Amino acid sequence: MTIGSVPLRYKISVDHDQCMLCGRCVENCPYGVFRTEKDRIHVNSRVCVACHRCIAMCPRDAISLAERPVDYRSHPLWTPQVRESIYNQARTGKIILSGMGNAQDYPVIFDRLVLDACQVTNPSIDPLREPMELRTYIGKKPSILRFRKENGETVLETRLSPNLMLETPIMIGHMSYGAISLNAQQSLARAVKKIGTYMGTGEGGLHESLYLYQDRMIVQVASGRFGVDIDYLERGSAIEIKIGQGAKPGIGGHLPGEKVCADVSCTRMIPMGSDAISPAPHHDIYSIEDLKQLVRGLKEATEWEKPVFVKIAAVHNSAAIAAGIARSGADAVVIDGFRGGTGAAPRVFRDHVGIPIEAAIASVDAKLRTQGIRNEVSVIASGGIRESADVAKIIALGADAVYIGTAALVAMGCRVCGTCYRGLCPWGIATQRPDLVARLNPDMASVNVENLLYAWTLELSELMGAAGINSIESLRGNRDRLRGYLLDQGIMNVLDVKPVGA
Amino acid sequence: MCGIIGVIDRTRERMDGTGIRAALSEMNERGSGEGAGYAAYGAFPDFRDYYAIHIFFDNLHETKPRVEEELSKWGVIEYDEAIPTYEQASLRKVHIPWRFFFRPDPHLMPRSITPEDDVVMHLVMKVNTTIPGALVFASGKNVAVFKASGWPDEVADFYRIQDYKGYLWMGHNRYPTNTPGWWGGAHPFNLLNWSVVHNGEITSYGTNRRYIESYGYQCTMYTDTEVVAYLFDLLVRRHGLSIETAVKALAPPFWDEIDRMPEKEREIFRAIRLAYGSALMNGPFAIVVANEESMVGFTDRIKLRPLVYGVKGNRLYISSEEAAIRTMEPDVEEITMPKAGEPIIGRYVA
Repeated sequence: MTIGSVPLRYKISVDHDQCMLCGRCVENCPYGVFRTEKDRIHVNSRVCVACHRCIAMCPRDAISLAERPVDYRSHPLWTPQVRESIYNQARTGKIILSGMGNAQDYPVIFDRLVLDACQVTNPSIDPLREPMELRTYIGKKPSILRFRKENGETVLETRLSPNLMLETPIMIGHMSYGAISLNAQQSLARAVKKIGTYMGTGEGGLHESLYLYQDRMIVQVASGRFGVDIDYLERGSAIEIKIGQGAKPGIGGHLPGEKVCADVSCTRMIPMGSDAISPAPHHDIYSIEDLKQLVRGLKEATEWEKPVFVKIAAVHNSAAIAAGIARSGADAVVIDGFRGGTGAAPRVFRDHVGIPIEAAIASVDAKLRTQGIRNEVSVIASGGIRESADVAKIIALGADAVYIGTAALVAMGCRVCGTCYRGLCPWGIATQRPDLVARLNPDMASVNVENLLYAWTLELSELMGAAGINSIESLRGNRDRLRGYLLDQGIMNVLDVKPVGA
Repeated sequence: MCGIIGVIDRTRERMDGTGIRAALSEMNERGSGEGAGYAAYGAFPDFRDYYAIHIFFDNLHETKPRVEEELSKWGVIEYDEAIPTYEQASLRKVHIPWRFFFRPDPHLMPRSITPEDDVVMHLVMKVNTTIPGALVFASGKNVAVFKASGWPDEVADFYRIQDYKGYLWMGHNRYPTNTPGWWGGAHPFNLLNWSVVHNGEITSYGTNRRYIESYGYQCTMYTDTEVVAYLFDLLVRRHGLSIETAVKALAPPFWDEIDRMPEKEREIFRAIRLAYGSALMNGPFAIVVANEESMVGFTDRIKLRPLVYGVKGNRLYISSEEAAIRTMEPDVEEITMPKAGEPIIGRYVA
């Protein structure tokens, strides 16, 4: 009892006047907060993770939740989180696990950038009445076109590389089967197919039931090579080599054995119940020239018909790294910012390693342009894209398209409780327990995701129209249409934007 | 707002500046008296093989020697003179306009396929970014540019453009919002043999500027129009595209339209949009661009600015207003309004 118990993080209270003892809270909470005893609901608040499942399911609004009802003495440096980490580690001697994205209170650059609109000197464009083009091609583009005349006819000599065609510059990032449930992947897959965009498989292989959507799938090759064989590569519409992830730059992945059920084991091609541990580096990539070989290898294996992406975490030197990747023959580079989500990451990495996506994209785009190789690769931004305004801003900073992850999960009910690594997700998203997975109905969840993508696309059209732009390529890298509001000069130099009023 | 006009004679018969002065003044409704300008192709027959480098000097004793030194490093100044000007009651002479007839040394740009042009382009960028008080505002062969802050008739009389003859003329009546009163901000914009007059605002300027700057162009005029000249220079001179294709890169058809084209054409337009997406110009504009051989007028993809053209004999007229064309050529035939993004091209026929 050296340390004793620490204050509750959340306190659940039940209004017994309202409660009708239906027992839905007991059924719904996989963490065991609720139990029925003698015609009364009793609670154990200590195990609550604030997933809100009970609150959402209670027909009488009888449940309330308070965060940190009994807190520590306040201190600006020794925050409750810091103290609790120490208690935990003093007890266990272990690395602390966490889920979702960076939870440190860093300033959000997106929220310090404002967009432009037209007034008088140029008319804004009404997307309801005029065409508005969000179609985006992802892949290598020629920098110069060559034509020749043949019998008086103009013939294009330049050959185009394979590109993915997106009807909106929003894709869904890589969340593997294993990290999330099959029902979750099903829902995402149906939504992207409906909208005309793409999603990533993550490093978890491609389950048979998703073959129907394979033309909308970007298959991932990561350091563990889980689920990778020629059939997998050939089914995907594009292939992504994952070098790093924004939530945990510099380290590999870990899918706990408990999540490796029979189906996951088949899809990943690993024994049932075994931990799936991806090494930190690819064991065949120790430098940029090795990456180039893998890119070529994958292209050769798939007849040079598919674009190959390379994903890296946004780190201090990502601009130069991206330039190296552009020269490796890759068709797109994905930059994953330090707010990117995850099913499980050591908290110290999630909260302290990497840089924000806004700064990373600005410097990557600038570097590629200075070297004259911007057309060699598409730039995909991910990690902390929360709304359509973020999409507009990151494209104006230089991205071609974005990956969203957490936002798509939230559209399926996720409450961002950050406990994905426990495998008990009560919303049926980040779990493999059959009874929990069954809670997510792909018929409904896919519509929710589709609605979200559609709504953001509409908002993006309106933002572009207001800025007098009717084609997404005129927003791309158009930093003149951004202004920094209370950003420091150093960051504004990196972003190459002017302050508000200038 | 702004009024633009251009005329080309395809047999290269030359006209003096009287007609365009009257035509441009007809569009005073579209201007504000704070900027006007003209370009004339074929204006310097005696120096036709020299680059006519036009400079606004803030003073002669300090900046001119620096410019001369820079030019002499890269070639030979055959002749130079103050551009003759004639005092006008309401036009204040804030710069000293000067022109150098210059022959660059092609050996100094060994890797270029158009070394002389590249020397001159380098000089333009160098002078405009490093020599304060000197602004190169034209640099073509046999092309004269006249511009200042004032109404079209004042600017025309200030330079006496009726004393010059050209087979291709362009004019611009400005309603400035960005840099009123600045002579450098008046149109036409010129680089090498490219001249541009533009009515509108380019909302994709940031994208276009970043694109063009990665090819060594530097935007120094504080206005969106100069990127048009640079884009044409890049696409036509350096990338070898035809003028039609260049216009299709700057104002391409919508995807809906491209999707309905026959396969070959569809592939061409898809390639154009993929390769030159950053060159696409958005926002409301009507533009007339010229080089020594041709003149092309086009608008943005949804035609948010007016543009009409007319033909009479060997001459093609393109303008914001029919009235301006009729002032210049009362007997003009076939006044037509082109479709959005559709280029109207007039060419020299040998």
